[in-house]
Amino acid sequence: MTGVAELLRDRRVVVMAGSGGVGKTTTSAAVALGMAARGLRVAVVTIDPAQRLADALGLDALGNEPRRVDPAPFERAGLRMQGELSAMTLDVKRTFDDLIARLAPDERTREQILANRIYRELSGAIAGSQEFTAVAKVHELAQEGGFDLLVLDTPPARNALDFLDAPERLASFFESRALRALLRPAGTGARLLGRGAGMMLGLLGRVTGADLLRDLSDFLRLLSGLVGGFRERAAAVEALLRDPATSFMLVTSPEREPIGEALAFRARLEQARMALGGAIVNRVHTDELGEREAGDVEPLLVAEAGLSAAVAGQVAAAFADEHALTRRDAANVAQLAGALGAGVPLIEVPQLDEDLHDAAGLVALHAHLFGA
Amino acid sequence: MPGLADKRLLFVAGKGGVGRTTVALALGIAAARRGKRTIVAEMGGQALGASAFGRARARPGAEVALDGTLHAISLDVRTAMDEYLHARAGRLGDLLGASRAFGAFVAATPGMRELLTVGKVWELAQDARRVEGGERYDLVIADAPATGHAIATLRTPRTFAEIARVGPIAHQGRTIDATLRDAAFTGVVAVSLPEEMPVNETLVLQRALRDAPGLELGALVVNACLPRRLGPRQAASVRRALERTSESVAHAALRSALSEHVRASVQREQVERVAAEAGMTPVELPYLFGPALEREELERLADALEGIL
Repeated sequence: MTGVAELLRDRRVVVMAGSGGVGKTTTSAAVALGMAARGLRVAVVTIDPAQRLADALGLDALGNEPRRVDPAPFERAGLRMQGELSAMTLDVKRTFDDLIARLAPDERTREQILANRIYRELSGAIAGSQEFTAVAKVHELAQEGGFDLLVLDTPPARNALDFLDAPERLASFFESRALRALLRPAGTGARLLGRGAGMMLGLLGRVTGADLLRDLSDFLRLLSGLVGGFRERAAAVEALLRDPATSFMLVTSPEREPIGEALAFRARLEQARMALGGAIVNRVHTDELGEREAGDVEPLLVAEAGLSAAVAGQVAAAFADEHALTRRDAANVAQLAGALGAGVPLIEVPQLDEDLHDAAGLVALHAHLFGA
Repeated sequence: MPGLADKRLLFVAGKGGVGRTTVALALGIAAARRGKRTIVAEMGGQALGASAFGRARARPGAEVALDGTLHAISLDVRTAMDEYLHARAGRLGDLLGASRAFGAFVAATPGMRELLTVGKVWELAQDARRVEGGERYDLVIADAPATGHAIATLRTPRTFAEIARVGPIAHQGRTIDATLRDAAFTGVVAVSLPEEMPVNETLVLQRALRDAPGLELGALVVNACLPRRLGPRQAASVRRALERTSESVAHAALRSALSEHVRASVQREQVERVAAEAGMTPVELPYLFGPALEREELERLADALEGIL
């Protein structure tokens, strides 16, 4: 089985994509850990880590820049750290504010935007902002240098595809001519809207309220002034995603829905001509029997294992259920592997019994991912 | 625990992947069994309700009968906007809605999607429906987005009310916010898994909802709980047997049962943790070992959820 290290050879950026609840954040941390152990300077950019995972990575300190992670707990768990691991949690609002600051043509415009009520209250709700700022941050880190590899944990999304569509959606949001025309009824706007532009605006005011319309108009007018810079940024983000040194890694679990999402994401990647480097399937139920049929286990447990009838009954029932899961998962993984094709290596991580969110847990997970 | 049965609107919230949609549908079945005219509203644009009941996928934004008194709707932002405009401004509203410029405006306004979505859920729960031909529901169960987004969505009406100050959206925002804060009307069902990260998120959700819009969790559901088949002495005898057994099938069975036992014990710790830190007794839903979630399983889960209604 190919390990993660082979899949990430010569890559500078890896994007971990998949639906919610498949272990993306933990896996991102374990991938970053493993590559850092092998001598690279790695930064992992995570979204919403669990508190203990954050503690293991030293993330309780807030800041929108990667911080060095103390290697000692990992060394104690048996992993020699030859390189350096840094980590950060993405602060969407702050990243967006920084972006505005960089793109604003002057100090006054920047201040007006940051003070605008719509911006202050709702910048987090700008569609695609979470996804966009994540990649924009990685782009910034890639530009600045200092890291051999950047690992990006994508935001939780029911639809993992949101991630790929975000740069374009956000750029269109900033660019919408129809929108700007609506807000400037005289001249171009009136021509675009036709007669009744005044009525339209009046109606809009009736539907939304005068104050809101005014704040919104200001907000949109201010932001549309940033369009040029924003488009450039969006193009750079897209170029980074397309770069041959950028790899996408699908993360999924062996259930129907996450697998369906993973395959849809893969199709979208192909459409966008972006590279899928591999797939990681977490929490695969396995047992020593593999895909073989179990037969009647209870008598064996009494005869060979010396269990009482009661306990043998419980063990047999447990095994019947667990073995059914093993076979179900094997079938689903085989289906996934078939759909992905030989060109996309698939790494399976077994269902582990213990908690994965401390240093020892991450080291254990990393062993499965890297084939260590 | 006071039941949720007399509320008009329930939000089912939790971390991505915990099974919110499953729980929302099962709750819907349980409510419908009591004769309540119920609708399960999927807020994420999927249509899992219809497929679980073997119904053809309906038009987004359309109310579909699943079975008897149980209905479903897959919420659609565009449809919600058109309905709102039509209700507010009749034919002129229709014209506005059809305009591309207006469409761009809606898409460009941050938070508007969330406002329209929660606004539609609110509308479904009203005695007097705004939609033509819309009938009254006794209970609306909204399958909310993942935690962070769900919290933001529930706070959006108030945010708009504060920004807009006056005018129809301000008024609508205040009205919806007041409904969300009314514990007699609105409830939140938190869904978790018996694992660390989902439990952490459940506690975050509880704190955030208390903060704004000022709601207490009405119920706590922990999904996918493994059966606890072995007591400590039995587990010890399985461990001993594992060491001395070489026959391969028996060995596989012992190892498998022991592994499940360890996982079930770890799960137990998490269930106890969430109960203690949330200050609530959770309803535990069983792990379903079958190949796919079908109608029959939903009915079983509905049995287990009867108690919280």
